[in-house]
Amino acid sequence: MSKILIRGAKVLGGEPQDVLIDGGTIAEVGSGLSAEGAEIVEAEGKVLLPGLVDLHTHLREPGREDSETVLTGTRAAASGGYTTVFAMANTFPVADTAGVVEQVWRLGKEHGYCDVQPIGAVTVGLEGRKLAELGAMHESAAGVTVFSDDGKCVHDAVIMRRALEYVKAFGGVVAQHAQEPRLTEGAEMNEGVVSAELGLGGWPAVAEESIIARDVLLADHVGSRVHICHLSTAGSVEIVRWAKSRGIAVTAEVTPHHLLLTDELVRTYNPVFKVNPPLRTERDVMALREALADGTIDIVATDHAPHPHEDKDCEWAAAAMGMVGLETALSVVQETMVDTGLLDWAGVADRMSFKPAQIGQAKGHGRPVSAGEPANLTLVDTAYRGSVDPAGFASRSRNTPYEGRELPGRVTHTWLRGKATLVDGKLT
Amino acid sequence: MQRHLISAADLTRDDAVLILDTAEEMARVADRPIKKLPTLRGRTIVNLFFEDSTRTRISFEAAEKRLSADVINFSAKGSSVSKGESLKDTAQTLEAMGVDAVVIRHGASGAPYRLANSGWIDAAVVNAGDGTHQHPTQALLDAFTMRRRLIGPDAGIGQDLEGRRITIVGDVLHSRVARSNVDLLHTLGAEVTLVAPPTLVPVGIESWPCEVSYDLDSTLPKSDAVMMLRVQRERMNAAFFPTEREYSRRYGLDGDRMARMPEHAVVMHPGPMVRGMEITAEVADSDRCTVVEQVANGVSIRMAVLYLLLGGNEPAVTQTRTEEK
Repeated sequence: MSKILIRGAKVLGGEPQDVLIDGGTIAEVGSGLSAEGAEIVEAEGKVLLPGLVDLHTHLREPGREDSETVLTGTRAAASGGYTTVFAMANTFPVADTAGVVEQVWRLGKEHGYCDVQPIGAVTVGLEGRKLAELGAMHESAAGVTVFSDDGKCVHDAVIMRRALEYVKAFGGVVAQHAQEPRLTEGAEMNEGVVSAELGLGGWPAVAEESIIARDVLLADHVGSRVHICHLSTAGSVEIVRWAKSRGIAVTAEVTPHHLLLTDELVRTYNPVFKVNPPLRTERDVMALREALADGTIDIVATDHAPHPHEDKDCEWAAAAMGMVGLETALSVVQETMVDTGLLDWAGVADRMSFKPAQIGQAKGHGRPVSAGEPANLTLVDTAYRGSVDPAGFASRSRNTPYEGRELPGRVTHTWLRGKATLVDGKLT
Repeated sequence: MQRHLISAADLTRDDAVLILDTAEEMARVADRPIKKLPTLRGRTIVNLFFEDSTRTRISFEAAEKRLSADVINFSAKGSSVSKGESLKDTAQTLEAMGVDAVVIRHGASGAPYRLANSGWIDAAVVNAGDGTHQHPTQALLDAFTMRRRLIGPDAGIGQDLEGRRITIVGDVLHSRVARSNVDLLHTLGAEVTLVAPPTLVPVGIESWPCEVSYDLDSTLPKSDAVMMLRVQRERMNAAFFPTEREYSRRYGLDGDRMARMPEHAVVMHPGPMVRGMEITAEVADSDRCTVVEQVANGVSIRMAVLYLLLGGNEPAVTQTRTEEK
């Protein structure tokens, strides 16, 4: 591998500097670095970030290769500036054994666009009854450290307690999809003014908040850490804030779409806005932004959920839940957090790279942009503005809620251990 | 008028009064020996029913036939829908056969809206009830019935329901009839009060243009019309109320309660009634109960809606008279 000189980039949004990559590592960071023998990338005006890390991606392989594969999903990730994605376990078969997680991990390695770190299921078949072989998944080549039944809630309090306790043996963490199942039977959208009018089944905020409250108390009781997936309500923020103030080891994520969109969009009955947890109200959106800014919410995670066209080109009730997000995440964060003054680029690096890598223990990722570190880097043209065109997505699916919406910022380059996966906005 | 009828909330006061006035003209046709107008001759309407319905489908069919339209009835049971065909494919298949309007009943809220707004088909879409969302022709026939009873068939022409007090009782949460009626009656100037046990009132109702009460007895003396909604027995199993008996004691309409209504006030029900549950036989069979009239008025209203959506600008009935000469 040869040398690459990234010239004049604002590292983490700071003063322009040169960054020299040699092989897989960052050789030097400074000004006026020698370009000798190096390929030059002019980065004037652009922001250089550590490669982004997504703790919540659905790659769909094995089983639903019609919506996404490890290859197309990791290409989408590279295109969005990511160098690591954590692949959720709700595949077919479910990633509840060492065999399945190793398969996903190997596919990621072979394709080489982005590191793929599989998440193991907490319970066999995501059924919430019996713990999966968590230790075997951890000891497999995939080295699983994050466990989640995402898509379903580990609703049984005893099973949740045991899982929290059990993974302590090898430093794992359980990521909870907080959704009380009885309160969300027939749920199709946020329960409130809009659902009352549209006659769609309500998904009440309390169904999320009650599980989070229970789980932070459980984590406290057994001395474990717990991670909460896709926080979507102002009430959830209050509970996590309270838990952190008590010293409970809880971390939390928010999706880009919950930072931007509200349930008012459901009035179109367009299933592209159907997602779980559902889009909430303006008040919730503002509370989530504030919590991400003050650190109550630790990270942004995409919940990238690809679905084939036919699963969205139908009536609301029949449609699948979920949105693709890898290729628009950074733009949405810039729009909602940076351009609003809530977060600077160093804060973005923290919420989208450092912290998620730390929570998921992604080795070599989420590291500072400094000499000797692995060259996992993302270069962003923050001055760019353009409207979202799903036809240009690398993902196999097109179910974005942002089609035609103007968003700021565009990832132009991504490097994975010094190897460019994205150059001038084009995948290599 | 818009090209589709999806929600009662889409109608302006003038749209709604025009439909009611047109229905009044259509009602007169029903009194003739030959109950048929040539208005929609050569037009094809499909009744696309994904959900079981007897009275609404028959009512639409009668209306379409009286307007001389060609009628295709499609029910999801035993069709390709049960083999997994999508709403989009079904609609496009029907449109390819040259359909001018689709009357759709669907179990999913918003299905008619999707059909009208997704670019799947060009035909006019009439919502015949979608999930727990809307049932606009039901609201129109209810308003028509109220106007005839409270003002009069001839005196009512051009009038709305300004200041009339309407009480709707029952399972508001799961009722498209309640939603449509609240929207339309508000547009027509009426004051609506919903009465239900708190478990059957949707969270978020505070934005609706109506009052909500949990107490039927105090509302009855202040009502010009009381509309009883059907309560499905299955709701009991989902803990919406303890027992059928308790429900009917607290929210059912019996003779004693009816006696507390003002003398001119009427009792309405969209049907099918569950006698002994939300309404006693004594009330259902009384002169004050408009259930049978509502059915007759449903045909007139649906004729008016289809005529206004498909018939263009020419007057419906006068044109017929010309032809009859």
